[in-house]
Amino acid sequence: MRVSGPDATAVFDLFGVARPTPRLASVRRLKTPDGRVLDEALVLWLPGPGTATGEDMAELHLHGSPAIVGRALELLQASPSFALAERGEFSRRAFHNNRLDLLQVEGLADVMEAESEGQRRLAMRQFLGDASALYETWRSDMVRALSLVEAAIDFSEEDDVAERAGQEAIVVIDRLCEAFGRALDQSEKAAQVRRGLRVVLAGPPNAGKSSLVNWLAGRDAAIVSPLAGTTRDVVEAPVVLAGVPLLISDTAGLRNGTEDDIEREGMRRTLKAVGDADVLVWLEAVDDAGEMAPPRAPALRVRSKIDLVHGVSGHTFGDGVWPVSVKTGAGLQAFKDALEELIRERNHVGEDAVVVRLRHRLAVASALDSLRCARGAATQGLEFMAEDMRKAVASLSGVTGRIDVEDLLGEIFSSFCIGK
Amino acid sequence: MPHMFDVVVIGGGHAGCEAAAASARTGARTALLTHRFATIGEMSCNPAIGGLGKGHLVREIDALDGLMGRVTDAAGIQFRMLNRSKGPAVRGPRAQADRKLYRHAMQAAMTAQVNLSVIEGAAHGFLLLNGRVTGVALEDGREIAGRSVVLTTGTFLNGLIHIGDRKIPAGRVGEPPTRGLSGQLMSLGLAMGRLKTGTPARLDGKTIHWQMLEEQRGDDTPEPFSFLTHSISTPQISCHITHTTAETHRIIADNIGRSPLYSGQIEGVGPRYCPSIEDKIHRFADKSSHQVFLEPEGLDDDTVYPNGISTSLPEDVQDAFIRTLPGLAEVRILRPGYAIEYDHVDPRELDHALAVKRIPGLFLAGQINGTTGYEEAAAQGLVAGLNAARAAAGLDSILFDRADGYLGVMIDDLVTRGVSEPYRMFTSRAEYRLSLRADNADERLTPKGLAAGLVGQERQSAFEARLNAISRGRALMSSLSLSSSAALKAGLKVNQDGQVRTAFQLLAMPEVTTERLGMIWPSLRELPPMVCAAIEADALYAGYADRQSREIARFRADDQEQIPLNLDYFALPGLSMELRQKLSKVRPVTLGQATRVDGMTPAALTCLLSAIAKLTERKAG
Repeated sequence: MRVSGPDATAVFDLFGVARPTPRLASVRRLKTPDGRVLDEALVLWLPGPGTATGEDMAELHLHGSPAIVGRALELLQASPSFALAERGEFSRRAFHNNRLDLLQVEGLADVMEAESEGQRRLAMRQFLGDASALYETWRSDMVRALSLVEAAIDFSEEDDVAERAGQEAIVVIDRLCEAFGRALDQSEKAAQVRRGLRVVLAGPPNAGKSSLVNWLAGRDAAIVSPLAGTTRDVVEAPVVLAGVPLLISDTAGLRNGTEDDIEREGMRRTLKAVGDADVLVWLEAVDDAGEMAPPRAPALRVRSKIDLVHGVSGHTFGDGVWPVSVKTGAGLQAFKDALEELIRERNHVGEDAVVVRLRHRLAVASALDSLRCARGAATQGLEFMAEDMRKAVASLSGVTGRIDVEDLLGEIFSSFCIGK
Repeated sequence: MPHMFDVVVIGGGHAGCEAAAASARTGARTALLTHRFATIGEMSCNPAIGGLGKGHLVREIDALDGLMGRVTDAAGIQFRMLNRSKGPAVRGPRAQADRKLYRHAMQAAMTAQVNLSVIEGAAHGFLLLNGRVTGVALEDGREIAGRSVVLTTGTFLNGLIHIGDRKIPAGRVGEPPTRGLSGQLMSLGLAMGRLKTGTPARLDGKTIHWQMLEEQRGDDTPEPFSFLTHSISTPQISCHITHTTAETHRIIADNIGRSPLYSGQIEGVGPRYCPSIEDKIHRFADKSSHQVFLEPEGLDDDTVYPNGISTSLPEDVQDAFIRTLPGLAEVRILRPGYAIEYDHVDPRELDHALAVKRIPGLFLAGQINGTTGYEEAAAQGLVAGLNAARAAAGLDSILFDRADGYLGVMIDDLVTRGVSEPYRMFTSRAEYRLSLRADNADERLTPKGLAAGLVGQERQSAFEARLNAISRGRALMSSLSLSSSAALKAGLKVNQDGQVRTAFQLLAMPEVTTERLGMIWPSLRELPPMVCAAIEADALYAGYADRQSREIARFRADDQEQIPLNLDYFALPGLSMELRQKLSKVRPVTLGQATRVDGMTPAALTCLLSAIAKLTERKAG
C-alpha cells in the first residue's frame, strides 16, 4: 500500500508505529486505534523529492489477505488526512513533479484501458451483484434530479418550468438517497459473504461434483453419497487457490425431464449459479458423458470416476478435458493446476478487488452524503442544492459514467418547452 | 496601400464593435469595416440584452471596460433582475432596449473611441502572404492592410432567409449576404458547418388591444449593467403578455408542411432552446398554450417584438395565426418572421485567443464561431479584439480561463468541444458558478483588464474606490460580533451554542441582510447598497468558497501543464482511434484542456502524461 503527499508520515501515527529510518525497510507491528494488532508488516519511509511521485511517501507491505487490506483501507479512509487515490493519480502527481518514470508508466495506460471495461463489470458485481440495470436507473435519476434544479435556475422565466421543477427534484433526490442507503447496506453484507471469484461445479446428477468440491476444499463441505440427487441446493465453500480467495459452489445435478418439484427447484438454483459463475467447471462421469449439454460454455471440462474404466490417460478425451478420479487420486493434481492457472489469469486485474469494491462503496457513500446536503440546502437556495448535487454526480462518475452539462441540457430540452 | 492598420475588424455588429473598441483601447491602430455606419449597433433580433448567464457576460465585458453594459444602460427601457428571489450567484440582469437609442449610443461610442476608424464597405476576402493574413480586400477593389484581422460575420456568411418556400439570399432583411469569405475560409481548409436561427414577425403597436392584456412591469429601481453607471435616466415602459390559443395551434398544425423546417428545405441546425412556434407545437403537442411577450422596440417606435413566436411559415399563415392571439385580432404585421441559415467555422479551429490555428493573424468572433446571442458575440469580440491587437504588436495572448469568468467558460467550451447547435450561455455551464457572479465581475476581471491595458482611467479609479469601500465594509462586519444568546435576544434564530458570531458570519444565514443587522449595529446603515450586496454575496457563499477555491487551484495546476504542439496523437499507443481524431482536431494546449475533450478517460490521460514527459525530456536534452 502506497501513501503519497505532504502528510504521508501521518500513516505511521495512524497505525501506532514509530516512523522508520528513511529508505530502510523495517518490520513494524501495525495496530488499529483500539490497540489490536492489524498486521506485522514491512514498512518504508521515503521522504520526497527523490521518490516515485516526488512527494513524501510511505509504503506498507501488508500481508495480502483481503481482511487486512480492507481494514487498513477503512482506517485510512476514515481519517481526514487520507483519501483513496483516483485512477492514474500517482502518475499525475509524478508528472506534476517531473518524476514520471516512463518505463513504469508506458505499459500502465495500456493495461488500464484494456481492463477498464472488465474491471468496471467486476467492480459492479463485487459491489452489488450483477446490477447494471440498477446503475442505469441511478444515472437517469441523477440526470433528472440535477436537470430539474438547473432548469429551475436557468429557465425560471419559462412558464413551463416554474417552481415545480425544484419540488420534483426533491422527490427524485429522496428516492436516490433511499436507493443509495439500501445499496450500502447490501454491499456491506455482500462483502462479507462474497470474496473473490466464483467457481461453480455443475453437471448431470451423480457425476461426483460434491466429492471434487470436498477435495478442493480439503474438508467435507458437501454431503456425498452414491445416490444421484444427493445435492439439492447450491453449497458454497470458501477456498484459497493460487493465493486467491474463491467461493466454490457445488450444485444440484442437471438432467432432463424431472417431475420432482424439489429437484426442479434445485436445478433452477443451479442454473442461476451457473449464470453467475466466473469460472464454470462442467463435470460428467466417464460412463455417463454426453448425456447433457452444459448450459453455457464451461471454462474447464472434467471426466470423473475414471477408475471405472481402464486405460484412461491425461489425453484420452482431448485438450481441455481433464480426466480425474477422486477415489484413486488420478488426474486430480493436473486438474487443480489447470484450475489455478485459470484463476491466476482471471484474477489479474490492475487493482485489487478489495480496492475496487471499496472505491465503489466510497463513491456511493460520498454521493449519498452530498445528496443529503443537497436535500438540506433546499431551503437555502437552488444554487446550493445544485452545487451539492454536482458533487454527488462527480463522486458517482466511476459507477454511472460521466454526466456533463450536455446530458442535463438534453434532459431539460426534451422535457420542457423552452424558448420564448 | 493607402491605409495601414494594426487591426482590421470586419463587421459592425455586437462582436465587431467590442472587438474594434477593445483593440483600440489597447492602443492599436484599428479599422472597423462595415456596410453602413448607420447599422452599427443594430439589434437584428430581440431588442433585449442580458438574462441568465448572458447578464453575467455583459457584466464581464463591462469589467474589462467594454461597451455593451454602458450602451444598454443608455438605451434600456425596461430593466429586470431575473431570479431576484434566488441567490446572487444565479441572478441575471436583463434589459429591454430602445433599438434606436442602442444604435445611437453604440455609434457614439465608436466615434468617440480614439485609435479607431470606421470604414464603410463590403469585404470580399482577406489578403494573404505566405499563409499569413495581411489585410482585407473590399468588393469595390480597395484594400486595407492590417497586421491582424478579426472576422465577425454574424448571419451574413452565405446567409439565406426562408419564409415559407421563398428563399432570399441575405444577411439580414434587406441587406445582402457575404459570399466570398466563406469560400475563402473553406479553401484554406477550415472545417465549416451550417446553422439556423429565426425571428418572429414585427407588429404595429397601434393596432394591438393593449387594455385586454396582462402587463409586465420592470423593476421599480432599475439596476444598471455597468459598474460605472450610477442610475438609469431613460423612461421605463411595460411589456404585455398574450398567449397562443387552440385556434393558433390548429392553424399551425394544418400548415406545418409549408414550414421550410418540416419540408426539408432547411439544412442548418437550429437551437433547441429557441425553437420556432411550429417546433413548439409539433414537439410539445400536449401543451395547449404558449406565452408570448409583446416587447416594444422603442420609446417613439410603434414596432412590437412578439417574443415566443419565431417562425418561418409563409406570410399568409403567419397573418392568420398571429391574429388568433388575444389582443392581436386586428394587428397589422409590419414584416414577416423568417428563418435564416448561415455558415460558421468549427470553433475547434481556434485557440483560446480566438485565433485561427492554421491562419496566423486571423481571429474570429460571434456567430461565425457557432454561438448565438448578442452577449456571447460581444464577449468573444472583446477577447478577439484584445488578442488581435496583441498579436499585431508581437505580444503574447491574454487568455481567460473557466475560473476567470463566463467568457472563459464559453471560449473553452467552443474550442474544446465544438458546437452541435448554436451555443448559448447558461449558468449551468459554469462549474464555479458560486464564485463567478454578476456582482463580482469587476473583482474577478478588472485587474486583468488593467494589466492588459484594456481599462481606462475612469474605470480604474471607480474600481479602486469600490474595492476600498468593500474591504472597509468587510473589515467592519468582521469586527462587530454577538454571542449566540445576544443574537437570539436581537431576534436572530441562531443555534444556542455559546459561540460568538461576527456580523459577516451572521450574514451567511439566508434571512439575514445588512439592513437587518443595521438594527443591531447602526454603523452598518452607512454602507452603500452596492457594497452591502457584494459583502452579502461573499458571506452567503463563504461555506462553499473554500471547496470551490480548492477545485480552482487543482484545475489551474492542470491548466498550467503545456502540451507540446508537435505531439502526434496518432503515434500514441493505447488511445482509441476516435479519441486520437478528436485530440488531433482540438489540439489541446494544456493537460487541463485535454481532460475536457469529449471521451477522455483516466487511461488515455495516463498515455498523454507519458507522451508529454517524453517530449519535454527530449527538448531539455
